[in-house]
Formats: sequence, structure tokens, C-alpha cells
Amino acid sequence: MTTRIGVVTFPGSLDDVDARRAVRLAGGEPVALWHGDKNLHQVDAVVLPGGFSYGDYLRCGAIARFSPVMETVIEQARAGMPVLGICNGFQVLCESHLLPGALTRNDHLHFVCRDQRLRVENTATAWTGDYAEGEEITVPLKNGEGGYVADERTLDELEAEGRVVFRYLDVNPNGSRRDIAGICNEAGNVVGLMPHPEHAVEALTGPTTDGLGFFTSVLKKLVATS
Amino acid sequence: MTLDTVKHASDTPDVEQPWAELGLKRDEYDRIREILGRRPTGAELAMYSVMWSEHCSYKSSKVHLKQFGEKAPESDALLVGIGENAGVVDVGQGYAVTFKVESHNHPSYIEPYQGAATGIGGIVRDILAMGARPVAVMDPLRFGAPDHPDTKRVLPGVVAGIGGYGNCLGLPNIGGEVVFDPCYQGNPLVNALCVGVMRHEDIHLAKASGTGNKVVLYGARTGGDGIGGVSVLASETFDETGPAKRPAVQVGDPFQEKLLIECTLEIFKEKLVVGIQDLGGAGLSCATSELASAGSGGMRVDLDTVPLRDSTLSPEEILMSESQERMCAIVEPDKVDRFLEICEKWDVIATVIGEVTDGDRLEIYWHGEQIVDVPPRTVAHEGPVYHRPYARPEWQDALQADDANKLPRPESGEELREQVLRLVGSPNQASKAWITDQYDRYVLGNTVLAQPEDSGMIRIDEETGLGVAVATDGNGRYAKLDPYTGAQLALAESYRNVATTGAKPLAVTDCLNFGSPEDPGAMWQFAEACRGLADACQVLGTPVTGGNVSLYNQTGDTAIHPTPVVGVLGVIDDVNRRTPMAFSEEGQMIYLLGDTREELGGSAWSQVIHDHLGGMPPKVDLEREKLLAEILISASRDGMIDAAHDLSDGGLIQALTESCLKGGKGARLIVPDGLDAFVFLFSESAGRAIVSVPRSEELRFTDMCGVRGLPATRIGVVDGDAIEVQGRFSIPLTELREAHESTIPALLSDARA
Repeated sequence: MTTRIGVVTFPGSLDDVDARRAVRLAGGEPVALWHGDKNLHQVDAVVLPGGFSYGDYLRCGAIARFSPVMETVIEQARAGMPVLGICNGFQVLCESHLLPGALTRNDHLHFVCRDQRLRVENTATAWTGDYAEGEEITVPLKNGEGGYVADERTLDELEAEGRVVFRYLDVNPNGSRRDIAGICNEAGNVVGLMPHPEHAVEALTGPTTDGLGFFTSVLKKLVATS
Repeated sequence: MTLDTVKHASDTPDVEQPWAELGLKRDEYDRIREILGRRPTGAELAMYSVMWSEHCSYKSSKVHLKQFGEKAPESDALLVGIGENAGVVDVGQGYAVTFKVESHNHPSYIEPYQGAATGIGGIVRDILAMGARPVAVMDPLRFGAPDHPDTKRVLPGVVAGIGGYGNCLGLPNIGGEVVFDPCYQGNPLVNALCVGVMRHEDIHLAKASGTGNKVVLYGARTGGDGIGGVSVLASETFDETGPAKRPAVQVGDPFQEKLLIECTLEIFKEKLVVGIQDLGGAGLSCATSELASAGSGGMRVDLDTVPLRDSTLSPEEILMSESQERMCAIVEPDKVDRFLEICEKWDVIATVIGEVTDGDRLEIYWHGEQIVDVPPRTVAHEGPVYHRPYARPEWQDALQADDANKLPRPESGEELREQVLRLVGSPNQASKAWITDQYDRYVLGNTVLAQPEDSGMIRIDEETGLGVAVATDGNGRYAKLDPYTGAQLALAESYRNVATTGAKPLAVTDCLNFGSPEDPGAMWQFAEACRGLADACQVLGTPVTGGNVSLYNQTGDTAIHPTPVVGVLGVIDDVNRRTPMAFSEEGQMIYLLGDTREELGGSAWSQVIHDHLGGMPPKVDLEREKLLAEILISASRDGMIDAAHDLSDGGLIQALTESCLKGGKGARLIVPDGLDAFVFLFSESAGRAIVSVPRSEELRFTDMCGVRGLPATRIGVVDGDAIEVQGRFSIPLTELREAHESTIPALLSDARA
């Protein structure tokens, strides 16, 4: 049986189709989930994709966090289901308090789209098992509000517990504290990051295929635990 | 105030009406009275005035645009031609592609962010209205002098507006242009192109037919923004004494548009509409009159049912409002419920505002009273047509006589080296990454090529690899020297850019940006450019499928350079075969295709080094362009070349610098026999490209060029970490990169949008 990975579409989600493609290319079965439907349709993991859910009005991710589907996602995430938040999805995870901290406007005040080098700092999460510790990958980054912030104590805790999963290399593209590009929860099943692994799954359209590992990682993990 | 009903208008023939303030001429007003057999009501006057404005009626340009139809080459690919929201082209495998470029020049000068943002919004709805899913956008942009303080207001705002709207819609921005010239100081050009994809059977047209069918308005509520935008903004020039026109610029909401796109596509999928039209310039006036005019019957609209943001709006204002993110559909009565259900799913407001009638009138009611009763064709399609006088300007001869080929040239290797660095670091030739990095080029996951590649390329079918390529080009300097040739050069470059990436050019869209049609000199430029473009399209076999005309681009008496911007769409059977621009394999041979002549008129070199504009633009040889395109497409398909780059402004050294920097590899060049090093590096002769050829393919490639009669000259090899012109100079890539990439950030990094 193939592993079912749900991708949520909020009004204003943009990279949902890309995330579903990435799941498919990794060998999983993508399942489209609708924001207004609490039912997760027996998926084994969930991706919250990039975009501008609800127009990013009020605050990025702030409205999406209250959508019906998120009630179940939050519940399941707390119970251990793998959840990946990409860009706007990361913002939704922070707003949902599944991950600490917040994303603020880029320090240079411009939207930025670039091929970004990252270091994978934690391979024990549900989404990074296929990478090597310290591996350097390049995936697209595109955001206007991607500056990761948290208070010093939280940042120290994240570092101490190895929960900084990705760090920016070469350039800090948005003013994120301590060059943090992505983090995970204590259990390692919930991961959020600003860069877009789903845009780096085909040599033809991406700068690399380095992003595929996110999706193969979770598929392996799910097979191993099923 | 009493409502100006049709009856009231008949009873009070002598009421003074503000036709002049609404931009109508005396004879135009008289014609409206003649058509109606009475004076128009206020609402009718509002409708006629916006629909008969230059922007909507093409009254000055129509007589010249006709040529695009009359001279259109035979094309099997054309499914829908000029006259609809956008042209539609058959690209094979059951797919059709629609594309169009439009201007949003005047609003973008007044309010750069919203002007540019709603420019994207408008063109995207045009593409959507054809039945297609929008898949990419591009932006040809022109600004004033790069160091002018106002450029720092306009440019960052425009770029942020394009990004803010396009990124939020989830459409990759895959190309365009950024050009600086003082002639655009008070008249920046903000053109926007959108490409959409559909299956053949999904093509939709803007027409209302079937008596009893419902007229459904859906999308955003109607507000007071953009009222009179069309007639006031697009048809008059700016002067300092005029009233503040800021409120006339529309305000966009990309989130609403994203919902509108998904909602509309779902509606198409269930085949729920008979006809559809987006609301852009002239708002409801345009949508209702065009739908009714193109259909078989009449239409009745109850205007008081239109959902409003501001309940105090008058019926005239509702008719003229250019509130964004609205569409109008014609729906069979038994499909209305399902239509409304889909709208509700997407949180899109939808309202039945009227129905198709069996008459031949467009009738609009306000709380039961008739305020409009007109033959729709007279509003939408039978507006005034002007044969404006035109004449070659007196200064044209002197301009052409001021030969750029006679300008002082660099002689020593040291001088050549210094001028190369100045050229590739000049604002027009420098890397535009600071701008394009503010646009999402990855979203949707089908972007195969994006700027700074020669054309943007989008994969259409993941299974077969079918894709399309689009390029836009224009060169106002060439067109100023000779508008006929300038327009042809714009087409030739765009056509060449598409072929350079391996795609077969199929069709053309154009955005014609010119000065005042009331100035015979500007009108001559327009007439010549149209003639040139239509003639060239005929030879190249690429019909014009649609586009847009923007006139009155001038400040006082000074017009912009005539700037025809030409977009070409091409198809590629397998995007895996595309040819990128980067020279990335050491040891590959670099070939120059085409002939290099001494052609410096209008060149980037003459502008950067001498601040000069004069002489004649490069010659156009369309048969040669066709041959070059065929060779580039064959070489791509058969794997004979690994990289290719078109030669245009800046000449060979510009193209080589870009290819080398992109691939991170240097090049050693030898000046070919019989050519002067300066001409070799800086001439802008058309019909040329450089390619990098693997040694294993060299013989096959040169044989093909030889047999088909295309000059192919080996000029060097990809090698090292510098560009070296043997015996003359060498420039390390690091130094070239610094020159090429630091200019735009240095000019703009302190600007905030």
C-alpha cells in the first residue's frame, strides 16, 4: 500500500500543486486536503504548503491557523503525525504554537527569490532522515516575511536541543536570528522551514534535486513505523 | 438630485451635459445624440465617454492596426485571432495557449505600486476570460534616467507592485525587460504579459447569447476606485495644473484575484458559462456592452443589484468604476445554482444582475427606472474612427544623418578593455537580478527557463515535455531612428530569442507605446511602426494575435521614444531539449552565427560611451532571421549545441559576458579575419547568435550551417576564468561580475518601495 501524504489547500495556497508533485515523485500518494474539511482522509502525514493563505491578511498564517482542517492537524501533530510546514506553512505552524517563534518581514524589506544554500543540522526528524548530518543542500527560497525570530531563551533552547534543523549558508536572506532556516518540535515530527524543498525535486525545473530528500525521508519513516 | 432616466432625458433635451469634462469631443457628443435620437442620460453619457476613449475604442490607432489582420500570414496555429480578450494559438497535443501584453503606463506613474499591481491583475483576467489557466507573467518595463530622484520613487514601487500582486497570485514571473532612458522620465512604461494554457475545447468567448440566460457579476464588490480611470488617465497627458488624479488609480487585491482564478476554472470545468468577460478598463460599461454587442440578443441589467463597497455610489459611478477582481458571466438559468455554489465554496460574491433579452438593446435599470437604452454595438464596437494626419518629422533626416559609425572609437587594447567594462556595467546592460529576484519564478513548478535567459519557458505537459517559450523585446532608440525598422527589429529580436532557446516561434502580441496621436510626428511614428511590424509578421509567418496600444505617452510636447514592444510565443516539443544561455563546459567551441557589419546607430555603445543617438538602426534581413531560427531549433533538437545566446543591444561582448558569468566559465576569443576588434565586440548587427558546441558535434554543426548557407565563424573556446580577446585584452570574470552585478543594487538599494 502506498503511503498517503496530505497537502492542505487554504484559500491563497500557491505551492500546493508543487508539494503534491514532490510527494508523487518521491513515491508517495498525494492527497489534496481542503481547509474547510476537518477530515484528514486517512493520510499518514501532512504538508502545509507555501503561498499566501487568506491573503496573509492580519498576519501571515494567523487566519489559516483557525481553519477547520487545522484543528485536526494540530491534534494529530501532537499525537506524533509527521507535519511539514513550508514557508507560509511554517508561518501557520508558528501561529498554531506547534513550533515556537515567529516569522517577520525580511530585514531588507523586499521579497526575495533565490537559490539558497542550507546546512542540514538535524537528521533525526521525520523529514530529514535521508540527509547526512551537516549536509549542504541548495533549494529555492522565496518570501517577503521570512525573518525567524524568538526570544533568546527559546533560541538557546532550540540550539541546545538540536531543534535547529536547517541553517542558512553564504547569505542570511531575511535577517533570521542565528541564521535559522528551519526548526522542529521536541518530538521531531513537526518541521517548519522557509525555503522550498518542493521546488527542488526535478533537475529540469529546480536548481537541484536536493529537496526530494524531505519527501523520501518521511516515506521511509512511515514505512518503518507502520 | 432627480434620477436622469431615459424618459427624463427625452423630456429635457436642452440640459447642458459635461461631455467635454468626460473627454468627448463636440462631434462625438453630437453623434451620441444622433444614435439615440435624444440627449443621452447621465449614465449613457458615462458609458459612451469611457467606451469611446482612446484606450477603449482605439479610435486613432484602428486604421493602422487593420494591417495586422489584412497582412496576417497564413497560420494553422491560430485558433482565435485579434478582437477577443486575447488570441489563442494551437500548440499541439490538444493544448491551446493564449497570451497577451498590455500597458499600465499612466497609472503606474501616478501610483507606482497599485498601477503596476493592477496591470498584472488586468492582463491575468484577460487570459482567464479566454478559458485558460494563467501560467506565467512577464514585464517589459521602461524608466527614466537611473540616477534621477523620481526613478527611485517609480521603479521600486513598480517592482514591488508587480511582485506583490504576481507573487501572491502564484504566477511565476519568467522574463521581461528593464530599460532606462531619460525620455521615459515623466512617462514610465509598465507593460505586462500573461500566458495561459487550456485544452482546445475549453476556449471561451466574450459574448452574450440565448434569451433568458442570466448575467452574473462575480468577484469583488464595486467601489469608488478607478472611476474615470480610463478616460482621464489613458487619454490625457499630465500637466502640473490639473487636479489630483490619485483616486483614479485602482487598488488591487491579489488574494481576491487568486480566488477568482480558482473559482472561474472550476466553473469552466463544469461547463457552466455561455460567455464570459473580465471587468477591466471601463468596468461594467465595457463588460455589459461588449458581451451584448458580440452576442445575438439584447441585455437587461438591474444596476441596483450590484454589490457595493460604498452605498452612496451613483449609477453613473457604478457603471464607470474600475474596481478590480471582477468578472461577468452569461449562464443558462438551470446552471445558475451550481455556479453560485462554486462561488460560495471559494468565498467569491456572485450576483445575478440581469439577463439576455430577445431585443437588440442594452437596457439598464436603477430601482425599476430605465437609465440606459442603447444599441450595444454603438457603445462597444462602432465608436469613432479617426484618420489622424501624420507626417515624417522635420528632424528625422538630421537625426539619421548624425552617423554613429563616425563616433571616436577605442583603439588600444587598454581602451577596448575599459569600454567593455563600462558597457556591461551600464544601467541598461547590467544584471537586473536585484529587480527580478523580487519575483517568484519557481511557483507552479513548471518553469524551465526564466530571466536572464533569452526567453522564459514553461512546461505544459509533465508526461510529454511539451512546453512554450515567450520573449518580449523592444528598442525605443532604434525605433526613434527609424520606426519602421525599429518595430521590425523588436519583432526579429523577440523571434530570435524564442528560437535561441530551442522553441519554434508561432505568434505575436504587441504593446505599442507612443506619444500623442494629435501630433502628426508621433502619429507618423505609430503608422510606420505598425506597417513595419505587419510586414515583418507576414514574412516570418507569425500573426499578431492581439495586444494593446498606449498613446499620449508624453510630458508637455516631448514624447517618449516610439516604443513598440513585441512578444513572441513559441512551442517546443520537449522542454528537456531546451538550450540555456550559460557557457558551462570548458573546451567547447564558441561559434558566432550570422554576419557582423559596422552597425552602431542606436547602439548601447553609442549611448554609454558617447551619450549619442543618431544614424540608422541595424539592417533587418527577415529571411536570414528565419534561417538562423531554423538552425538554432534543429541544433537544439538534435543536441548539437549546449548553449546559445542572442546578440542584440551591447553586441557580442555583452552576450558573451552574460553567457560566461552565468556558467562561471571564461572564454578565449580570436577576432575573425577581416573584422576590426571594435566592430566585432560592439556592433549590433541583427540576425546573430553565439553558441557553444561540444567538440564531438562540431563537424555535424558546421556542416549543417554550411549546407543551409548560414555563416558560422569559430571565434573562440570556453576556457579559464577570464574573457580574453587574444592580443588585445583580458578581463577576469571576477572583475566583469563586479562591473555587471553591482550597478543596479548601488543605484537602488537605498530606495524603499
